[in-house]
Amino acid sequence: MSDNASGSAMAERGLKDADQTVASFEEPEHGLIRRTQGFLHRFPTSIPFIVLLIGIVIFSFAAPGKFLAPFNFSLILQQVTIIAILGVAQTLVILTAGIDLSVGVIMILASVVMGRTAVVYGVPVEIAFPLGLLAGFACGLVNGLIVTKLRLPPFIVTLGTWSIFGALNVWYSKSETIRQADMQEAAPFLQWTGTILRPYNFFASLGLDWSFLKGWVLNYGSIVMLVVAAIIWYVLNRTAFGRHVYATGDDPDAARLSGINTDRTLIAVYALAGFICAIAAWVLIGRIGGVSPQAGQTANLDSITAVVIGGTSLFGGRGSIVGTLVGALIVGVFRNGLALSGLELLWQDFAVGVLIIVAVTIDQWIRKISA
Amino acid sequence: MSGEAVPGEVSRAEPVLQARALNKRYGRVVALDNADFDLMGGEILAVIGDNGAGKSTLIKALTGAVIPDTGEIRLNGEPVSFRSPIEARNLGIETVYQNLALSPALSIADNMFLGREKRREGWLGRYFRLLDRSFMQKAARQRLSELGLMTIQNINQPVETLSGGQRQGVAVARAAAFGSRVVIMDEPTAALGVKESRKVLETILRLKERGLPIVLISHNMPHVFEVADRIHIHRLGKRIAVIDPKRHSMSDAVAIMTGAMAPPSDEAT
Repeated sequence: MSDNASGSAMAERGLKDADQTVASFEEPEHGLIRRTQGFLHRFPTSIPFIVLLIGIVIFSFAAPGKFLAPFNFSLILQQVTIIAILGVAQTLVILTAGIDLSVGVIMILASVVMGRTAVVYGVPVEIAFPLGLLAGFACGLVNGLIVTKLRLPPFIVTLGTWSIFGALNVWYSKSETIRQADMQEAAPFLQWTGTILRPYNFFASLGLDWSFLKGWVLNYGSIVMLVVAAIIWYVLNRTAFGRHVYATGDDPDAARLSGINTDRTLIAVYALAGFICAIAAWVLIGRIGGVSPQAGQTANLDSITAVVIGGTSLFGGRGSIVGTLVGALIVGVFRNGLALSGLELLWQDFAVGVLIIVAVTIDQWIRKISA
Repeated sequence: MSGEAVPGEVSRAEPVLQARALNKRYGRVVALDNADFDLMGGEILAVIGDNGAGKSTLIKALTGAVIPDTGEIRLNGEPVSFRSPIEARNLGIETVYQNLALSPALSIADNMFLGREKRREGWLGRYFRLLDRSFMQKAARQRLSELGLMTIQNINQPVETLSGGQRQGVAVARAAAFGSRVVIMDEPTAALGVKESRKVLETILRLKERGLPIVLISHNMPHVFEVADRIHIHRLGKRIAVIDPKRHSMSDAVAIMTGAMAPPSDEAT
């Protein structure tokens, strides 16, 4: 085609002489770096898996004997459960190119509603529990309505509602803690997520002596986390709503022109995120046994960290639930591993900070392939 | 190839999409001044006009993106009024926007069915809203190969990995797949190189062979004269002439468009 001096001369030759190879696929330059970039672009979730693997290898040498113990892995899993559930909620919001700074406080508010309504006001847990879920849902709905109806940036909206929900939390909880014993008496159901499971004992009761399971400990909270993640994975990847979430985050104008009601999608995403935060509240009660209005102060930023390290782009439209779960595990593994290696707490924060910056740098680099 | 159109379901003489006396004002600016429009069955109608002539307002009125103040739009003879692009789309008028309206991170198949996803038959689809992905992938592949775009090997690759021409192809294939009555294309070759423009023009002609009438908005005179059956010239908010590209030169068209030449009276609408 290079023989054409000018475009118009070319155009007037008509179609007969036109190049007959249809829309041929131009191969990008081959080079290791290019290929890596291409591979990561197609399988972005592979990065967090690699980082997780590297972390595990490093810490099994840095803290020999201690880090690789089944008990330790069980501990990490329990430590990351709440962050992972909040991370799932956060993933939904970040996929739409938004951010939810209120996930942590929604969780605490919902846990207070569940616990206080049941224990202090003596309402049956059959009502108190759904009431807590409803509170989380309502908080998310408020976020979604403000984002879409007032057309404000999600960062500002959720910064505001963070404060508002926090105030409501203080008002309803009167800053009172609910003790484990009181909870156990009035509403043991709310503590169910903290129930310890020993897989070895379970299989032994079936007559299977699987000794490799010895030492592994699980709680129902971790199972709740996996179920929530599986459901949201299904919604995002196998339903039209999920495709609309990605499309809305990717290019809202294109989504609208394709016939997607982007406002409705956004409202649904924030409301669903609020509901998931309320489920995290249930797991939180199980973990600490009671309700503390001061619990989970760092949960907000930790959830964003998990999402970002898990490879979901803050610019919307790309990312995955699996990535977020692995991202939460990475944070857990690094914090736990550094602690077991005998380093002070400050180095855990240092490492997490480095991970975030590296993750976003890689994300930017991968996105360049589309430019 | 472009001369004799294979007759589609609608005969050539029948107008498919018509507009009469459309008016649209933005404050003191008159964007449409009693504008008329006629698209016949099975034809490629090019719409040309200088910047600010009101052609994009006309197109927006025809696709539901703008609601005209007064005037009438008829689709297959029936009066219609669209309040949104979705309503126009539901009546079979598909638009390929200049910015394509594709989601870059989603796959080709996802993009083709974006906003009209097909669910699995039976209880999985009804209660669990499970998408019928294999159907959509198959249909997307079929549409692309019908338009000669099947060098795209992987229907699940993200649209952002495609070249500009391939993306245009996907957008056109999507319009063709769902546009049952009219396909409107806004500057489909504007952002493309010479080679890719050829592909798109070829695609437009293939679409026409399948009997779909096409409205082509373009600034590129060689492209317009190559594929159009008739050329609608828009000037100062109204249709000033409809010319036959075989009987007029490009410079005539430009002269009429800019007011340097009086519109021919022999060729009425």
